[in-house]
Parts: sequence; structure tokens; C-alpha cells
Amino acid sequence: MKLLTCPINGSRPISEFVFGGEYREMPNPDTCSDQEWSAYVFNRNGAPGVKKEWWFHSPSGTWFIAERNTVTDEVVRTYLLSAEVGG
Amino acid sequence: MLKRLSPQKGEWINREKLIEFTFEGQAYQGYEGDTITSALWASGEQVLGRSFKYHRPRGVLSFANHDVNIMVTDGIDTNIRADVTQLKAGMQLSVVNTSGGVKQDKKRWLDKISAILPVGFYYKAFYKPKALFPFWENIIRKAAGLGVVNFNYPRQTKYKSNQFTDVLVVGAGLAGITAALCLAKAGVQVVLVDENAQLGGSLNEDFAAKADANDKLQALLTELANYPNLSYITQAYVAGYYADYYLPIITQTGMIRIRAKAVIVATGAFEHPPVFRNNDLPGVMLSTAAQRLMHRYAVKPFDNGLVFTANTQGYRVALDMLKAGVKVAALVDLRALPNTPLADQLKAMGIKIYTGYCVYEAKPSADGFGVSGAIICPYDETNAMPDNTQSFKIDCDGIAMSAGWSPAAALLYQAGTKMRFDAQIQQFVPQQLAKGIFAAGKVNGFYAEALRAQDGERAASEALRYLNIDTPVLSTPLQASGTPSHPYPMVPHPEGKNFIDFDEDIQLKDFANAAQEGFNNIELMKRYTTFGMGPSQGKHANMNAIRVLARICQQPIAKVGSTTARPFYHPTPLGHLAGYGFQPYRTTAMHAWHQQAGAELAQIGVWMRPAYYKQAGISKQEAVTQEVLAVRNAAGLIDVSTLGKIEVHGAQAAEFLERFYTGGFVSQQVGTTRYALALDEAGVMMDDGIVARLAEDVFYLTTSTTNAAMVYREMQRWQQMWQLDITLTNVTGAYAAMNLAGLASTKILEKLVKNTDDIKQLKSGDVCEIKVVDVDARLISVGFVSEVAYEIHVPAKQAMILWSALIEAGKPYQLQPFGTEAQRILRLEMGHALIGHDTDGLTNPFEANVAFALKMQKSFFVGQRSLKIIKKKTANKILVAFALVSNQAKQTPQECNLVIEQDEIAGRVTSIAWSPTLQKIIGLAYVKPNQADMGTYFDIRTDNCDLVQAQVVQTPFIQHSSGAV
Repeated sequence: MKLLTCPINGSRPISEFVFGGEYREMPNPDTCSDQEWSAYVFNRNGAPGVKKEWWFHSPSGTWFIAERNTVTDEVVRTYLLSAEVGG
Repeated sequence: MLKRLSPQKGEWINREKLIEFTFEGQAYQGYEGDTITSALWASGEQVLGRSFKYHRPRGVLSFANHDVNIMVTDGIDTNIRADVTQLKAGMQLSVVNTSGGVKQDKKRWLDKISAILPVGFYYKAFYKPKALFPFWENIIRKAAGLGVVNFNYPRQTKYKSNQFTDVLVVGAGLAGITAALCLAKAGVQVVLVDENAQLGGSLNEDFAAKADANDKLQALLTELANYPNLSYITQAYVAGYYADYYLPIITQTGMIRIRAKAVIVATGAFEHPPVFRNNDLPGVMLSTAAQRLMHRYAVKPFDNGLVFTANTQGYRVALDMLKAGVKVAALVDLRALPNTPLADQLKAMGIKIYTGYCVYEAKPSADGFGVSGAIICPYDETNAMPDNTQSFKIDCDGIAMSAGWSPAAALLYQAGTKMRFDAQIQQFVPQQLAKGIFAAGKVNGFYAEALRAQDGERAASEALRYLNIDTPVLSTPLQASGTPSHPYPMVPHPEGKNFIDFDEDIQLKDFANAAQEGFNNIELMKRYTTFGMGPSQGKHANMNAIRVLARICQQPIAKVGSTTARPFYHPTPLGHLAGYGFQPYRTTAMHAWHQQAGAELAQIGVWMRPAYYKQAGISKQEAVTQEVLAVRNAAGLIDVSTLGKIEVHGAQAAEFLERFYTGGFVSQQVGTTRYALALDEAGVMMDDGIVARLAEDVFYLTTSTTNAAMVYREMQRWQQMWQLDITLTNVTGAYAAMNLAGLASTKILEKLVKNTDDIKQLKSGDVCEIKVVDVDARLISVGFVSEVAYEIHVPAKQAMILWSALIEAGKPYQLQPFGTEAQRILRLEMGHALIGHDTDGLTNPFEANVAFALKMQKSFFVGQRSLKIIKKKTANKILVAFALVSNQAKQTPQECNLVIEQDEIAGRVTSIAWSPTLQKIIGLAYVKPNQADMGTYFDIRTDNCDLVQAQVVQTPFIQHSSGAV
């Protein structure tokens, strides 16, 4: 079973986590076009490589970002979104 | 035990303990430590099984857990591998896949007609007529096969345990033990696993007649015992490699799931046979099997054996045979110019060595159950052609074969190792290993004893550095000249029966046939010929198959490649994999009361809830109807503790809810509740509930039972992005809730509060915090199932106090508890749609007719931007309430029945039920927008394809105190 490092709780088995999909930057809903908004809601980039993904550590209720290489299934790093936003 | 040798140094048997058992109805004896095969071979039995396809007699092949022709049944257990299974007293063994016993197998005629049964025969012969295929299939399946499945097999729960270690070393041969010792010395935790009954690998049997050969192993074993940080497990195999160093170890009785930080794979190599006619006769065996028989079990493999080899291993075995007192009829070496120093030793002992010769065929004994001799002849290595014209016979009663090895690299492959073919040693070896995975010994291409030990040390040092422990960098010197594996040990024969895969009876010519028919890719060839698809999964067959295919296709072996080695490494009984059937569910604080009251429980989401309360003498239908009518005419009480309950605290709590839900909450007054609808970013309805404002900065909200976890999770995710000044608390389990519904409910509640004005003043949609029978309660007036109803939320621990008090206080008013069945009808009568029941994963609020809940002028809410786009488009369906025009419909429509307009699908029914209150069948359905006007008639097609007429009506279906539509 894979291990994943929760930024709060450390290395835990993957069965404790819920995958939350690719992380995407939301366009400004007030200024973006309908096409841009639809692309944000429905389109995902399937190209292999390092992806930013949402993961949720279920027992502790922690959402965080994992940067994962979808070719090798290696998790490059994990961090709280707020840590990233706050610098 | 006529073939038992005098005591051998290091033998695995305990001669003090005699074991009695039967095989095919006859009594035998063996010693403790014997396997089934070794005990039988010691007793002179050579025919231990029948082959899978042609029912040819088979004896010992590998003694390494791939003698899959020797599978036996003992009581309820079948497909027991006799070569490695320890003998137990009282075993009553019979051979699988025979009819009439292993010697008199009635299906042996299959061998006689094998010439007309080439690979792919079944596909081609029985392909037409199609109708007859089941007939042929039945016959084929009975003829070919293994043990019979016992459908009365008792349920066995095998233990599962978890273990952690720094380094797992797989394989306890010289390389593995050396590596484990180096690691243990450095102070790390080491677990060493080996599938054999004793540690040591080939140190147990590959002696080449050296007198002190076993001393080295004994010294290593003594040293192993010195390290408390080193533990070992025998008779257990690592079944596969899973991500992040997680490996299941299958022991005799259960499974250990081990999590390591690094893994050293020292799994060794499988010997594979040279391919010549009748290389499967009982008495023809791999050289390592002969060594194992002699040194582990002190059993003579033959009395007068011939050695057929293509490497130095054959010479080592010949020396071992002579030392054990077995005559060596001759040594036949496929190579024209062998460079083997051991040859002189053998010659000095008078053994005749034929170099550049092959065994052209093994001659069966008169009964066909053994070997009477070997026909040998000169061999042209370059063209792989025997010169049959110069053949002659050498008498012998057995043949030890040694042509080469293939690495036991399954775990390495599974751990993502890139392998390369090393032409020098004629073996696939690791080229690039994944992080934290190390290979040592034969699997890494090192065969000489000194090199294997060195390679173990090297691998250990690399593992230590990987674990950030400082150690000097070591390297293993290159393999000395001379390859342990022959590049093409095949001897063609016009009459065939030169087997490559013993599991599936695949012969040399089968490969040529398959290639000729176009199956000339390794994966295609595997599936067409079925090589490597038997129970041993190609352990002795794959390498030869690859060599044959490479030659047929005239491609280098590196290009042909290898098939994929998936878990499990050996067939693993399902009992090891089966779970405990653990299905947890949650119960509410009133669960015991429900059970006592005769509730029929149903699992809803993660909860166990009363569906209805059984009553003596009446049916379920009648009981549910009674519960519905109690609410309508008097009062009812339902446990709604399963609702999701979340508290939002903080200065920006209202702002958070504004963004998360579609409605407005900033303007919400303290002491009121509001309907809350949550969408996803595409504008699809996710969940709904009510939000109660308890204070300026405190909101208490509910979600539907099944979405509780999801809603809380999504709230947490948005909060990560929004970073508002709030705190979210999931109090789903902390609070119990009950819904007191019906016209009499106000009176009942008033009896339980100090000041009845508190209740009287409560308007529909209000919330207050109040003591009800001394329990702190959050009281919400909410009309979900009834015009007049109260949802009372209390700390779960005090819930029973209130529940009992309500039941008691309700008695004069005919208060009745009701379950989810009645609740569904009641909410339908009220015209409420359920998200996830009346909506699906694509439904937007316009279609579900809940646009009233949208505050589109807000600056933002999740899904708002998508709704703006959706709103521009015309909806193609809309949810309406309907009643059937006639109650005497031929068939009552069901949920999911289609709405039909002019033979076209126009929509579907999402909810439908008989309303005991209205005495009508009512429901909700999606219809085309042009059918949605009040009073419109539309047709529903029932399961019987009858069209039933329905009419769009207003909601709620029931009007306050009137009950009329």
C-alpha cells in the first residue's frame, strides 16, 4: 500500500486519504468568458508529468496539495494550500 | 525406504521420528523433515503424478516449488505441492487429475494421440459448430485439470499481521544471509525471509563433494543468532511487491504485511532444463533437485545416473553423486569446448565425459515409469543440431539435467526494475533498480560462491547508505569467465516430447508452430501456446521459451523481452486474501429503544435506522400506513440523528455560508433558519439542509444523512482556499436529533417545557435554544414531513431522556414513532424533492424547480457562474408533482419508469407512492417543459408497457388541515 505524507500528520497509508482531483486556479468569475469558465469547470489536463492535486486526510480532516509525478506515481512534495498562498 | 542414504552432513530429516502416511491407498513411511516427494522417492516411488494435458507419468523435476505435476489431495485440501510440503503423520494422499490412480491412469491414451493435439488444437477443432462447443468444452475441462474444488470447504480465517522493519531481505541463501548480517552489524532492523524449511539456500546442497561445504552455513547460522535486531522467517514467501516497500509474506498459517524502508532481493535463480526427447520421464530431473534429494533428505536420486549438462553445475552434481555413492554412468556436455577444472577430478575417478554431445533422447523403462538409458550423439552447437547418425545408448536409471538458470526476478520486476540481458552470463540482470530496492547474488548475475557473498555485502552497504548510515562503498568484481547458462540448450527430435513447459506439456515444436501461425511475439506466443500459464507461471519454462522465440524470429534475446511477472509469486490460498467481513455501521443514541420497539432496521449510508416499527398481526404495508396516518391525524416521532450537523463559528461565518450555499445568510436574523442548497462548480445540486443562526457568529446547519461527510469535506476544502475567519466543527455524532411531527406535536412539546409561551411564539422556520425536560435543546420549527413539526437537537448522551419523555407525553395524543418508510411518503405528500433521489449527478436547480433558493444577485457562490451560463439556455426537463388520474391503473408505475410523449421518452418518474392521506398515487417526475403546466396530462409507461395517465398538480399535495389536492 502506498504511503502519503500529510503535511500535518506525517506519513500515513493511502487508505486514509481521499483524492480530490487536480488543483486548478479559478478564473475570475466576474470577468472571464463563458468558454473560459467551462474550460475551468470541465477540462482537465491529462498530459503526464508533475501535477498539483488535492488530497484529503480523512481522519484529521486535512486538505492539502500533493505534487505528484503521474508517470512514476512519485509524490514530489505535499503542503497546505494556505502555506503556499501565504508564501 | 530403500533409497535412503546413510546420514548426510546437514540433512534436514530427523531420523528419530518416523512418520506414517498413505499415498494412492498404500502405506508409506518417511521421517520428520521430509517433504511428501522426498519420502516417496526414498521409498522407491517414481511415478508421483500425471501431466496436465497428455497424462504422462511424472516424477521429481525441481524440488523448488515448481513441480506442479506432482500435486496431491489430502482430505479437504487439494493441489498440495508435494515437492515442498512437509510430510505430516496420517496424511492420506491421492494424486490430482487422474482417473483410476496415478499408475493406471485411464487418460494416458491422450499421450498416444498427442500428435494430433497440437497447440491451438481446441480453438481450431471445436470452433465450429458453435452449438457443440459446450459439449467439447466439458470433455476437455474434465481431461485437463488439477484438483477438484471442494464446495463444502469450511470457512477458514487466516491471520493477518503487520510488521515494520528497516530492511527486508528476501531469500536466505549466501548472498541474503551475508547481506542480513552486514545490516544487523550496522544496527538496523532486519527481517530475513526464505520459502524453504531451513535457511541457507544452495549452501544446503551444492557441495561439489567438498567435505567442509556445510560448515560454512553452520558458521553463518551461528552468527545470525547473535543479533537481536535480526529476525528470520522460514517456510514463507514474499508474494509480491507493492508500492512504498509494502510486501505480503505468506506463511504456513497467515499473512504478514511488512512495511520496510528498503528491500534486498536475493531470491536466487531457477534452474531450467535442457530440452530433449523424454526429458520429463520420472528419473529425469534438474541437477539441483538431485542435490536437494541427496543433501537435504539423504535420498538417492538414482542408482546409476547420467549427467547432461551445459555448464559447471553438471560437474558439481556429478561429484556430489559419486560422493553419495550414486554411480555416474557418464557426463554429457553440450559444449564442444568446456573449460571446467572439475572435469579432471571426474576423469580421475574414471567418469567418461562426452563433450560436444547431447542426450538425443531418454529411453523409458519397460513399464514407462522410469529411465532405461540415454541415447546420446554429437551436437552442433552453432546450429543446435544433433548428429543422429552417430548416436548410441548409455544405460542408466536417471538423468540429472543442468543447462542454465533464469533469475527469480519477479519481485524486482514488480518493484519497477529495468532489466537488461547480459550476453556474457546469458541472463537477465537488473540494469536500473528503483530507489531503496537492491539485488544480490544469483538474481544479480553472480554465481561463484565468493562473489555471491561479496555481492551480499555490497548490496547491504548500498542499503545502509540509502538509510543514511555511513558505510564504505563496495563493489563486486565481475563474474569470472564461463557462463552458467547455455545460450540454446535445445535438442530437436522428429518425434517431439522434448518439453519446455512441464506444467502445460508444451514441446519445442509447439513454438515453431505458433510462430508459423503468426504468434511470434512473446506475449502472443505465451497466450497461444500457454507456456508459462500453468501453476508454476513459467519458473522453469520462460527462459527456454524466450530463447526459442529469439531464434525463430532471429532477434536478440534483449529484443524479444520477457513476459510480466505479476503477484503472486506462488499460488496463494484465497483464505490468505479474504478479509474478516467487517462491515461497521453507526447507531444512534436511541438504537436500543428502536430495537425494543420492534423496529425493522435498514442500513442508510453509514447508519442503521428504523425503516418502520413492526406490529403484531399487520403487514409492513399496513404498519407504514398507520405511521403515516398517525402523523397526519395526531403526531409522530422519528429519530433523525443521522442528519449531518455542522457548526460554523467566527466573525466571517455568514460570509462563508454565503459563498458555500446558494441562499443569503448575511441578512439572516438570529433565531431563524433558512433553506440551504449546495451546488458543485458545474451548478449541479449536491446537497440541501437548513441553516440555523444561533448567534451573530454561530450557525448550526444540517445536511442530508448520506452526504454528511462529503459536505463537511467540501466545506473544509473551500475554507482552505478562502481562509476566512471561521471554525468548522462536525457535530454529527455529538448531537442526536428527533422530529416531532403532526398537529398534536405542539401540545406534546408544551408539556415538557417550563414556559409554554416559548413554544407558542415559535413561528415556522424559527430556532431557539431551550431546555426541554432539563435537556439543553436546539428547537427548530421545520415543516419537512408535516405542516407542524419540530426538530429537536440535543447532546447525544441525553437524547434518550428526551425521547422517552416525548413518547410518554405523547401517549394521550396517540403519538407514534415512525421510520424512514413513512418519512418518504410524508415528505412526498409535502412535495419535497430529495437530492440524490429526485435529482441525479447532472441536475441543476432550474430543472429541479428550486430556483427560489438561488440568490443570483450575490457576488459569489459555488456554482453561480455556471448557473449564469445554464440560465441562458432553455431547460429540456423540469421536475413536477403529479397524481395518477385513476387509482385503478393496470399496473402502478415504479420509480425510474419513463414518461412517454408520442412514443418518445420525455422524462422519468423519480418518486412515486400511494398516499394513505389522499388515497391517491402521487409522485415526482421529470417532464418536458411544455408538459409542466399545472393540470397537464402526461403518460407514464409501466414495466408491462402499459401507458398510465398522470396529471401535473400543485405542491404540497396536502393542504394544511384540509388534505385535498
